[in-house]
Amino acid sequence: MRKNIFILFVFVSIIAFSQNNTATKAGKRVLLMNGVAHIGNGQVIENSYIVFYNGKIEMVADAKGIKLDLKSYDTILEIEGKHVYPAIISPNTILGLQEAEAVRPSSDFSEVGGINPNVRSLIAYNTDSKILPTVKTNGVLYTQCTPRNGLICGSSSILATEGWNWEDAVLRADDGIHVNFPRSIQKNGWWAEPEPSGKNTKFDEELIALNSFFEEASSYCKSPAGAFENNVRFEAMRGVFNGNQNLYLHANTAKDIVLAVNFSKKHNIKKPVVVGGKDAWKITSFLRENKIPIMLNRIHDLPELSDDDVDITFRTPALLAKDSVLYCLQMEGDMEAMQSRNLPFLAGTSVAYGVSKEQALQSITLNAAKILGIDDKVGSLEMNKIASIVVSEGDLLDIRTNKVIAAFINGKPVDLVNDQQRLYEKYKTKYGLK
Amino acid sequence: MVFRLKFLFVLGIIAANSLAQTTFPTNGAPNPVHTIYAFTNAVIHIDHETTITNGTLVFQDGKILAAAEKAVVPTGAMVYDLKGKHIYPSFIDIYSNYGLPEVSKDAKTPPAPSQNKGAYGWNPSIKADVEAYKTFTHNKEKADELRKCGIGVVLTSNKDGIVRGSGSLVHVSNQKENESFIKDKAAGFYSFTKGTSPEPYPGSLTGAIALLRQTYYDAKWYKENSSKTEYNISLEAFNQLQALPAIFEANDKYNVSRAAKIGSEFGIKYIIKGGGNEYQRISDIQELYSKFIIPVNYPEALDVEDPFDAEQASLAELKHWEMAPGNAAAMEKNFVQFCFTSADLKERSQFLPNIRKAIKYGLSEKTALKALTNNPATFINAQSLVGALRTGMYADFFISNKNIFEEDAVIYQHWVNGQGNIYDDINAPDIRGNYQMDIANKNYKVTINGEQNKPGGTVKVDTTKYKLNINFKNNLATFSFDYDSTKTARLSGNYDQNKKTIEGKGQWADGNWFEFKMSFVSADTSKTKAADKKEKINIGKVYYPFSAYGEPLPDDGVFKTAMQKFKNRYDAILIKNATVWTNEGDSVLKDHDVYITEGKIVRIAPNIDAPKLAFAKTIDAEGKHLTAGIIDEHSHIGLSGGVNEWAQASSAEVRMGDVVNPEDINIYRQLAGGVTTAQLLHGSANPVGGQSQIIKLRWGLNAEEMKYQNAPGFIKFALGENVKQGNSPPGNRFPQTRMGVEQVYIDIFTRAKNYKKTLDDFSKIPPKQKGTVIAPRKDLELDAIAEILDGKRNITCHSYVQSEINMLMHVADSMKFKVNTFTHILEGYKVADKMKAHGVSASTFADWWAYKLEVMEAIPYNSAILTKMGVNTCINSDDAEMGRRLNQEAAKGIKYGGLTETEALKLATLNPAKALHIDDKVGSIKVGKIADLVLWTDNPLSIYAKADKTIIDGQIYFDREEDAKLREEIKKERARIINKLIAEKNKGGKVVKPSGRRRGLDHCDTIEGEE
Repeated sequence: MRKNIFILFVFVSIIAFSQNNTATKAGKRVLLMNGVAHIGNGQVIENSYIVFYNGKIEMVADAKGIKLDLKSYDTILEIEGKHVYPAIISPNTILGLQEAEAVRPSSDFSEVGGINPNVRSLIAYNTDSKILPTVKTNGVLYTQCTPRNGLICGSSSILATEGWNWEDAVLRADDGIHVNFPRSIQKNGWWAEPEPSGKNTKFDEELIALNSFFEEASSYCKSPAGAFENNVRFEAMRGVFNGNQNLYLHANTAKDIVLAVNFSKKHNIKKPVVVGGKDAWKITSFLRENKIPIMLNRIHDLPELSDDDVDITFRTPALLAKDSVLYCLQMEGDMEAMQSRNLPFLAGTSVAYGVSKEQALQSITLNAAKILGIDDKVGSLEMNKIASIVVSEGDLLDIRTNKVIAAFINGKPVDLVNDQQRLYEKYKTKYGLK
Repeated sequence: MVFRLKFLFVLGIIAANSLAQTTFPTNGAPNPVHTIYAFTNAVIHIDHETTITNGTLVFQDGKILAAAEKAVVPTGAMVYDLKGKHIYPSFIDIYSNYGLPEVSKDAKTPPAPSQNKGAYGWNPSIKADVEAYKTFTHNKEKADELRKCGIGVVLTSNKDGIVRGSGSLVHVSNQKENESFIKDKAAGFYSFTKGTSPEPYPGSLTGAIALLRQTYYDAKWYKENSSKTEYNISLEAFNQLQALPAIFEANDKYNVSRAAKIGSEFGIKYIIKGGGNEYQRISDIQELYSKFIIPVNYPEALDVEDPFDAEQASLAELKHWEMAPGNAAAMEKNFVQFCFTSADLKERSQFLPNIRKAIKYGLSEKTALKALTNNPATFINAQSLVGALRTGMYADFFISNKNIFEEDAVIYQHWVNGQGNIYDDINAPDIRGNYQMDIANKNYKVTINGEQNKPGGTVKVDTTKYKLNINFKNNLATFSFDYDSTKTARLSGNYDQNKKTIEGKGQWADGNWFEFKMSFVSADTSKTKAADKKEKINIGKVYYPFSAYGEPLPDDGVFKTAMQKFKNRYDAILIKNATVWTNEGDSVLKDHDVYITEGKIVRIAPNIDAPKLAFAKTIDAEGKHLTAGIIDEHSHIGLSGGVNEWAQASSAEVRMGDVVNPEDINIYRQLAGGVTTAQLLHGSANPVGGQSQIIKLRWGLNAEEMKYQNAPGFIKFALGENVKQGNSPPGNRFPQTRMGVEQVYIDIFTRAKNYKKTLDDFSKIPPKQKGTVIAPRKDLELDAIAEILDGKRNITCHSYVQSEINMLMHVADSMKFKVNTFTHILEGYKVADKMKAHGVSASTFADWWAYKLEVMEAIPYNSAILTKMGVNTCINSDDAEMGRRLNQEAAKGIKYGGLTETEALKLATLNPAKALHIDDKVGSIKVGKIADLVLWTDNPLSIYAKADKTIIDGQIYFDREEDAKLREEIKKERARIINKLIAEKNKGGKVVKPSGRRRGLDHCDTIEGEE
């Protein structure tokens, strides 16, 4: 509980400066004063005023040359020297769909049947997951809750990492359908004893199945209502054909990515996104020409092959950025739910290997929002966007300085306490540690 | 009397050499045949050194009577004039399974008697009692396969199990088995693979090594105490096996060293079956002074046409394809004694072609012949019986048209144990050449070329050329050619050897007959032209290690120590103007220089003068940060054949040091992340795991050279869900609960104490009385536990929840030992005070949790609480990826719990050095300590920092600039070999898709064969 008090202490002391003693909540006008604003679009305002009201950002401005009437704000946070960021977005993750990886009953992300466009991750999203609070406390305020496995896994939704229930937390329901595009190269054996990988003998079969499903679904969706018997799977595909939803094509090797993109063209998919994209850096001009965004695999990963550059995974963002491929970072992989809190540090690593800090920030904020189709709402500190904001003591992307001291979702302050902090406080007390 | 050889050909297989007496009853009158054969005017290769150009070979009843220039031909001998043909002693393959039942895991009836019920040893992979002679039967088809490639004698054995019993030396003949044996028990066989044994132990390479070592000790103990202990068929047989030459199947360059190491422990010089990649570590191989059996199964050419698919082929694969045929030549050049085997070949018919290829790649013909005859015979002490053509030796030989190592040499006949096998007409004329053919006054130009015994050709009429199919046997020739896409002409004619004509009749596609005559015009020259164009063999250099980011030996060969063999050989390094994080207290020195020589830090001060030595380097470290090297307390990289020997609750006998793989690319990748030392641990599948190995990441050196010299011993223990198999389907192995885990320890330490007492008591018995009692059995497992009790071996214990951590400390206190380190220890923060009292180190993850039930209360503040409570705390990786970012992980101690930067850095440097008891040598930057250092581009705890240089023992093992050059090298070397492969494919060579073999990444939970 001491952590809680500490946070409150920060707030109380700041609020004391303002002339208004009400706690911050939506419906009040809040001013973040004198922070270093990292807009999310590449820009930085060294000394900024950020104002939000009713959950929306009203103003983002350089403090220089502006005089504010401090009386008109319900809450003022004086954050000089602190850093302000748009909410970080963690795409393509089972965060909220799993508690303990090894405990099967705690998993809700993988349905049987192979072709399940109709299953929706949204309703399984557990806002009471013990993991969520450890993620939001590092500045990750949105997550794309994503079903996995099978050929068509289902639809994902974008939710806040804090909420009373999924209905309360949702930012965008059913943003897109996820397809595990057939892999032309099959990895054989298992991870400790890999067999020689080879041609996926089921590739043709899987591609035919995928193609025919898309053809049938497309024909169903184009037909007038009532022309066919209702088919819930086909119905679920309507959005990807009419462009209301993204089609997320999970593919990693250069050839598979090209095949996946060609597949999306063939079926006239309006908003295709490649998820994974480990080899994307090898085919940047193809991706750029076809305007294909990449939701890039966890870059804290080993190179695929022994001959690869030892830092190729760290360097991939820089290679994509250099060739103007739109990408964002994500955390799919081992322990991805708990690892979601380290997403800012993936961005940090990409800085060490060639992208600018603001570009790196963009790859976990605005670019993610663009790719997910929510950039009208979130992703940057801009007027009229939702006031989902993170304030950090120092550079959010570096482990040694990342310290979130305040955060807001829809303008409402985020409870920055998690069970891990409580245990920390409890045992500090036990041992009498400071 | 001189028989015409044609007669012999018609006769086919000649019955000879029935024994004078046989135990078998005959049906009708017996048919004793004791023909004396005399082969005259032949080039006789008596052995690999002696050749008689015009010699006579006389033999009878399967034995050679004489082989000499002027051998007397006894009266009554059947004499054959071989006029210029070559006679070779039969080749010997001492690594064969000819005539033995196939080994199959799925076999309904186990092939090995040791899997039967009865008084056998406990582990069915010890099949010492298996004897090849009991199940040997001839196999006509396989026998022909062997004889056609010159092999007439084999040492055949069962390839099943770690100890495989004895093999038999037999003739590859067509006789009754009773008459085919040369030696019933010719050698004992050993390997690292358990084969068909249904027993789960051993489930790893390290376990196989331990089991074999224990078996040697058990057998010795059994022998010395045999009247007083149990009766044990397996150990009886094992002891008998020791009288025979020992052949060890290693199948790989590193396994070769592992086998030799076992051999040296027990005073055995194994004959080692290699893998064909020995050239990749040839000086290590040479230093073993072992005898080798070498396969010639060169890798198939890879299909690299698609540039993306080609990336699946590693540089190691590409280079091995290029260099493998040079393996035998490399062995010869380094004075390694070896013989060839046809084992491992997909198609046995490739045996001779591949040996010829080895010769093309530099092997001398003499050594090749020796490796096929004298060496295999000598290795198994059969050189007086086979492998040469001398009086009294077996009449095992073959006849060829020419030097057998020439490309188009043909084996006509293969005589085994005095019995002839005819494969080609020895008198068949060579019909190759250019001919003139007339059909109905029309002129055709015919060319017959190709191999002498398998000719092909073309036929040209006017300006059109057709392919000609030819079948020539017994002087009758059959031809066909398609003179239209749907029309085939078929011809049959008789060859006149004197006139060199072929005359006969043919039939057109329309059914009309015609007569033809072909007359010899000139010899075919196309073949000789091809032969002139001798392929120039140009292959790359061996990389150390044999992998991408490996490097060839320096051209000048100058190096003073093994450490300097493959790396920049600096006598001194001066690092200028660095920010030096000394790890001595909180001291961070700005703008300091560090002077390194002879592997040690000798001075730390501002403005040190540049060294004036020949091999010296000055590094400008302006703006850079220098720290001690990162030490990963918990790693599973660089290990072969599995990290878990999981089948028993305790596997204290296994040693990770036996299975270090210095070629794992992850070693280089960790270097790139600033790691200099790592403890390679056994996994966490059982309460008592195996003995760990601390290595320095000396990329390029071999396994032994990587080991941290004189490091204290460590052993892995484990608690919780893994050892109780909580996340696998319910099993039977004890323990299945934390309650059981405690009892495993109580039990094993109790037994170890008893064991120590027994050893102690026995040592006090006067020598005279020693014979009256049973001597204690050496137990490798209890030896390791006894070392813990003696304070000579430290425990690193995988642990998560507070109850079990508490438990082990209690067991330790009651049994009087110390737990050195709790590793993972995610709930350490709950018992930090108790840990402090016990004096145990903690080695934890920075922020991992939520991957199983027992880590749900893990908190990232763990390292901070433990540190503040005075527990020596480390951050480890347990993961090859995270291992290269341990500086970042250590920085999480700042974020979670507010450690200072110097405290955080120590989590991954000095503290693990302390936990491993090597902090007197490494872990901080202090005069006199070993120069294991990292130069960072930024504050080492920043996410923006990269290791720029990683220094071990004062030599630079990773350098970002060098790394960039290596990448270029890899690109060039790959391109060079890929171009060669493309040429191979364009020539019509057979190619296969690249496999994309990846090495697995081991974590604690890795269990071989179980996901």
